[in-house]
This record gives sequence, structure tokens and C-alpha cells, in this order.
Amino acid sequence: MKVSDSFDIGEMDDLGRLDTPVHRLDARAKAVATLVFIGVVMSFPRYAISSLTPFILYPVALVSLGRIPMRYLARKILIAAPFALLIGVFNPLLDREPVTAIGSVAISGGWLSFGSIMFRFLLTVGAALALVACTGMNRLGAALERLGVPRVFVVQLLFLHRYLFVVSDQAAKMKRSAVMRSSGRPLRLSVYASMIGHLLIRSMDRAERVYRAMVARGFDGEVRILRPSSFGWPDTLFVAACILFFVSARVWNLADGFGRLLTGGVL
Amino acid sequence: MHMADALISPAVGGTMWVVSGGLIAYCANKVKKSVRDNLVPMMGILGAFIFASQMINFSIPGTGSSGHLGGGLILTALLGPYAAFLVMASVLTVQAFFFADGGLLALGCNIFNLGFFPAFVAYPLIYRVMVGERRGAPRAWAAAIVAAVAGLQLGALSVVLETRASGISDLPFGTFALLMLPIHLAIGVVEGLATAAVVAFVAKARPEALAAAPGRTGGVSFRPVLVKLAIATLVVGGVASWFASTHPDGLEWAIAKVTGKEEVTSPEAGVHKSLAGIQAKTALLPDYGFKPSEGEATRAEGEAPAAEAWPAVSAGTSVSGVVGGMMTLALACIIGILLRLRPGPRCCGQE
Amino acid sequence: MSHHVVEVRDLSFAYPDGTEALKGVSFRIEHGGSVALIGGNGAGKSTLLLHLNGYLAATRGEVRIGDTIVTRETAALARRAVGMVFQDPDDQLFMPTVAEDVAFGPLNAGLPADQVESRIASALDRVGMAHLRERPPYRLSAGEKRAVAIASVLAMSPDILVMDEPSSNLDPRARRRLIRHLLSFEHTKIIATHDLELVVEVCRHALVMDDGRIVARGPAVEILADENLMLAHGLERPHSLRHAHPSRP
Ligand SMILES: Nc1ncnc2c1ncn2[C@@H]1O[C@H](COP(=O)(O)OP(=O)(O)OP(=O)(O)O)[C@@H](O)[C@H]1O
Ligand SMILES: [Mg+2]
Repeated sequence: MKVSDSFDIGEMDDLGRLDTPVHRLDARAKAVATLVFIGVVMSFPRYAISSLTPFILYPVALVSLGRIPMRYLARKILIAAPFALLIGVFNPLLDREPVTAIGSVAISGGWLSFGSIMFRFLLTVGAALALVACTGMNRLGAALERLGVPRVFVVQLLFLHRYLFVVSDQAAKMKRSAVMRSSGRPLRLSVYASMIGHLLIRSMDRAERVYRAMVARGFDGEVRILRPSSFGWPDTLFVAACILFFVSARVWNLADGFGRLLTGGVL
Repeated sequence: MHMADALISPAVGGTMWVVSGGLIAYCANKVKKSVRDNLVPMMGILGAFIFASQMINFSIPGTGSSGHLGGGLILTALLGPYAAFLVMASVLTVQAFFFADGGLLALGCNIFNLGFFPAFVAYPLIYRVMVGERRGAPRAWAAAIVAAVAGLQLGALSVVLETRASGISDLPFGTFALLMLPIHLAIGVVEGLATAAVVAFVAKARPEALAAAPGRTGGVSFRPVLVKLAIATLVVGGVASWFASTHPDGLEWAIAKVTGKEEVTSPEAGVHKSLAGIQAKTALLPDYGFKPSEGEATRAEGEAPAAEAWPAVSAGTSVSGVVGGMMTLALACIIGILLRLRPGPRCCGQE
Repeated sequence: MSHHVVEVRDLSFAYPDGTEALKGVSFRIEHGGSVALIGGNGAGKSTLLLHLNGYLAATRGEVRIGDTIVTRETAALARRAVGMVFQDPDDQLFMPTVAEDVAFGPLNAGLPADQVESRIASALDRVGMAHLRERPPYRLSAGEKRAVAIASVLAMSPDILVMDEPSSNLDPRARRRLIRHLLSFEHTKIIATHDLELVVEVCRHALVMDDGRIVARGPAVEILADENLMLAHGLERPHSLRHAHPSRP
């Protein structure tokens, strides 16, 4: 394994190249469905938790059908959690009014909304990661272009992604040699500046060489992307089914209905 | 200071998507017309550089903490504002895609907060003005620090405003601002130092790289950008906030309009009544004097309109809601496991 | 077909910082020729090659590909005739997948989709890398990268193949395969390299450069066997020519 995987992007890419029903769906279909998903999830009122639970089906289905390792995804979600946690954790402190209770434990609005924030976080982040893992950067880029994102920006994303491996490899090597020679002491600003400066200049030199290679093959300012379109009826069906599900789960509280079905006998 | 999806309302997220999307389209157009042909690989690789440079930190003497390059300022110095904005946007997009840093709904906010301010405000209006045509060392250092601080303060303020407007976090504006701004003051100083040091290095080793940035001599006209941006923000934000204020729960309102039903949330309302009934019967919560109707009434008085919608959809807090939620999650797990039991995956195109 | 002839006359070039990298270079390569460009570091080999497709413009002298003099206006023509493989394949393979990278040149030439497709297939086939089609380039081994880089140039069906240090970073097996490929190409070939053993096997002629000038030219085996010449220009006589068997494999 190369050092470039310090960013762990390679694994995402490998997952993106699997061949499963989810991977075979057109990237546009998945992108649109995921965006609608996130929009609908975030449109719930602040104390919603259980009415949100049916939504977990979407990322779970993507991940399971797409054979994305759960543990891998869970780790990524955990790493991303701090900001939501940091801001959300103030809610229990600020909103102490009890609004409900489970058993004999009163639950304040703050805890409820905090729980809601964290659950939404899980849903939205899970869905976004699942989308990328089931699609891969290339197909996602092509989808973005088809969905109207300017080509300049799509090409920028693809180039960035392509050279992330190369440049971070160089950075990792530099860092390693600096660590070896500094006997564990942290870098001073002056050393840092010359390291980063070198990395920057080498990156610019590489850009010049890449440009040279592009020119040699007829580059005229525009990168043409070769992509067969394949938006078929399964894709339409997928988007329609997803949106139908999201909207129904938004309009009707499915979890509550389910719960009443189960507890109905008790009442 | 990436915003997270979970803290943002669709109205705010959508507004900022439109704003950032418009900026991207505008900058993409500018870059396309640029005479610098090598901009395509240069932007891509510098984006990768910004990413990679964050693997390396320097220590801040006497604090035990460390810092690194932010990116926006140095990119603008090398590429000019339009290309730099696109590079920052691409870095943030890849972060959102691969690391769930921020999120897709919050992406518009993040691009604006971390891309717009350094590229279109901090660098051209502060750094360039302070440095002038002479690149004297102390001046350049001061300029970089002031510009980095200003860029980050604006970004942080913007985070606070967006979070506040979304109404998902309970943090009051003042508290949140007091929390964010000082932190970003410190980060800004560190980032300014790093930027100045790297710029000084490049200025010595490869002076033409800095001279190559377009817009150095005021070639960039900001007025059209700012005017268009302001109009877009006002229009989208205005529509969104009108929508949000008159119809606290926009989607619900829209659904009601479409279906013609006034009370789309009737199942919950019904449950709510039965909740009171359940309590009366089972007396689960005698000590807390939990009276849903009163609690709701006081909330509705004291809170913003958005909270009014709460009782109608608060069935998530009912017993059946809890049970149902748990069971739904369990069911989802089972479905997930079942879906996995299908025949193994094949690898495409490699065999 | 005079199209494959390369002629360089009195070529001089200075970089913007004033470095005089070429000081009056002249040579002519006939159709089907295979020429090695050898010389120490900084001799000007890469600089010379960059003039052949008009990436750099001479300060004096001219480059002629077939019947056309390479200028800013005719550079596009020259780039279609001259396929250039660069030293670091990471610089050359910039697209997200192998197939897209190979397609880059044909697409720029404005070929229709089905022709682009057949170009991709046949170019990858020729270098034996058809199975890597959908792989991202950064996941390939050095040898695979090099082979794909060559395929990406072959897909443009150039008349003249120009390579800058094609065997650097290759292990013996990958290098062997590269040599087999090179021998199978009927193109006019110009190869700048420090790998003198490769020159012995692949090239009929050799040009020796030093300090921006061509200091010797002739049949590759004779040039490389000339110990004094080699040493004088920072090179050395290859092993295969040391033990008195100048016949080539
Ligand atoms: N971009 C540049 N700007 C200024 N000088 C340069 C540039 N590129 C190369 N040179 C100089 O031009 C001269 C010829 O360099 P060139 O790269 O052509 O040599 P080379 O024969 O390819 O060497 P090597 O075997 O190391 O690849 C050297 O003195 C080099 O320092
Ligand atoms: Mg060279």
C-alpha cells in the first residue's frame, strides 16, 4: 500500500468500481435521489426523531446492495462527527424544558433536538458517503456535468482527484524525511515554509509538465470527456421510487404508524 | 469550520447552493476565457497541493498546538480570484464527497464561507492594498496576517448567521459569535503566518509564479460579481425566508397545497390525543407533571414561529413513536442484512 | 512518404531566464529511422524534443516535419504527426481512467465516438494493456503506466514517435517488454535516453549531445563503442559492447 492512502480516497475509489445493482444505476439518478433525500430529512421540524427513522432505509439499502463495508463507513462517519456534535451539544444546555418522557425519565427539548441533530447527521452523512462509495468520482463527475455543473468545474474536480494521490505521496515523503531528521521535534515555521514552498513549486512544475503532455496530444483549452449516456428506465424507476418513499415518509409518520400497529394490542 | 448538513435548514442550504453555484458558474466562465492555457492542470494540481499541504503542520511556539496553510489566500496570490475560488470550491467538494466534511446540503455554505471571502475580499481588498506594489517583508507579513484574519472572521460570522437562520441549533447569536470569532482570530493569525512564510519562500525561489496571477493590477472588476451576488442572495433568501415565515414548515405547506388537505398531519394529531389518553390511563409520568397541552402552549408563546409546528409533528415523542422508531431501525438492519445475502460482487473491467 | 521525415536546422533556444539550452543543432531523420539522442544531464535533449511538436519555439533556426516548418500556426499539424511520450507517466496520464486517457488525443482531433472507441481498443491492445481499460492510472505499476502512456500516444496514430527516457523507473521485465514494443513499431522513432543498452537494441543511429550541441553522430553501435567519445561526454560504453561482440541481437 502506498503512502498516498493517508487520505483514504483510494479505498473509496475501489468501492466505486464494484459491480452491483446500485453501482450500475446511472450516477445522475443516485445523485438526484440523494439530494432529495438530504433536503427532505433536513426539512423535518427540530424535535423529530422517530419520524425520521424510516429514512435510514435509504442509506442502508444503498450500502447493503452496493456491498460497502459497514465498518468502513461507520469509521468515516465518526471522523466527521465533531462539528455537528460541538454545536449540537449546546442544545441540551440551552433548552431544558421537558417536552416528553420515556418511562419515568423526563426528556428536555434540548436533548430531543440534540438527538435529532445527531440522527440527521448520521442520515445525511451516511447517504452522501454511500452515494460516493457506490458511484466513484469519475461517474459522479460525469453526472455533475450532465446535471448542468460547468465543465470547467467538473474537470477541476477530476484533476484534483487525480493528482491528490501524486501530490500527497510527495507530501508524505517530505514529512517522513523531516520527521526522521528532526528527531521527533515539531516543525518550526521556517522549516515548514521551505517544505511547503518546495512542495508548491514542485506541484507547479508538475502542472507545467502535465500541460506539456496535454498540448502534445492536441489540448486546445477544452477537456472533452468521453461518456456514454445510459439513463434507462431502471434509473427512472429508482428515482421515482425513492422520491415517492421520501415524500410519503415525510407526510405520514411511518414509524409511529408502525409503532401503533405493534402496541395497538397493549393499549 | 465546516458547516454540517445536520445544522442547516433546506432554505438556508438551498439559498447558499444557489449563491455558490452562481459564483462557480461565473468564475468558470471567467476561467474559460482566460488566456492562461495551463490553468486547467495548474488549478487541479494546486487543489491537490492544498489538500496535501494540510498533512504537514508546524508548531506554534509556547502553545503546544500546531497550524497549517488555509489555502484561499495563497491560491488567490498564485491564480487570481476566479481560478482560486474554483479551486477552493473543488477542494471543499471533494472533502464533502470523500470525508463527509461538511455535507452536501451545507456545501454551498462552506464554499461561500471558505472560498468567497479569501478570494474576493481578503486577498484583493486587504492583502493587495496593504502590500501595494512593494513586497517589503514586514509589510507582506502584516498584510497576510490581517487578510487571513479578516477572511476567517467573515467566514466564521457567516457560519454563525447561517446556523442561526437555520434555527436547528439553540445557540443564541451572541453566544455563538463569541464562541466562533475568537477561535478564528487565533486560527487566522496562524494561517496568516503560514501564508506569509510560504509566499516569502516562493517570492524568492520562483518570483514569476506570484507575478503571474491575473488581477494583480486591478484587472478584476468586483462590482459585477458583488452586484449579481447581492441580487441572487436577496431574491433567493427573500423567497426562502418569506416561505419559511409564513409557512413554518415549507414542505408540509406545499404538500397541503398540492393535496388540498388542510391537515396533512392528522395521524400525529390523532396520536397526540391518544397520548394524553395513554398517560391518563397508565400514569407513567406522575412526578414530572407532564402535560402535553400546556407544555405546548408555553412553547408556542415563547418561541419563534417554527416551533409552532412542533406539536403537530411531535408524535416522535409518543410511546408508539419510540417503539415504532426502534422497530423501524431494527427492521432497517434486517433489510440491510438480507440485501447483503445476495450473490457476491463482481469486479468490473479488471478481469 | 516524406511526411515522416524530421529535419532540424541550426536550432537554437534560450529559456526565459537566459539559459542557452540549444546552440545550433542540425540533423535529419529519414522515414522509418530509429535514432537515439544521448548525452549527460542538462545536455539539452528534452529541450530539443519539445521543439519537435512546437511546444517550444526556436529563437533561431527551424524544425521541419515532413514538408511543414513548425511554427505557432502549424503546431497543431505537427502535434498530430509527432507523438510524444514523456519521462514521468504521471504527467502524461492525467485523465481519470486509462480508457479516457487514451481517448484524450483522438477526442481532441475531433474523431467521432465509434472511431475513438476503436482507437482505444487497438492502442491498448498493441501494448498489451487492454485489461486495464477502466482502471484509474494512479493505481497502475510503473511498467503499466509507461505502457499506457505509450498507448495514449499511439491512439493518435502519429507518424513519428518521440520518447523522453522511456525506460526510467522500469524493472528488468517491464523494460524488456518496452524494448519489445519499441522494436515492433514501424514508426520513425526518436528516443532520448540514458539507457545505452536499450539504444543498442532499438536504435540504428545515435546523436550525442553535450552543452546544447550535437557533438557526434553515426550508427549507434559505432558511436557507443567509441570509449573515448563516450567518456568525453559523461557517458560510458555499454556492457554489451565491451566484450567484442558488436553484432546486434
Ligand atoms: N524551464 C527551464 N527554465 C530554464 N532553464 C531550463 C529549463 N528547463 C531546462 N533548463 C536548462 O536547459 C538545459 C537543458 O536542459 P534539458 O532538460 O533539455 O536537458 P536534458 O538533456 O534533457 O537533461 P536530462 O538528461 O537531465 O533530462 C539545462 O541547463 C537546464 O538547466
Ligand atoms: Mg531530460
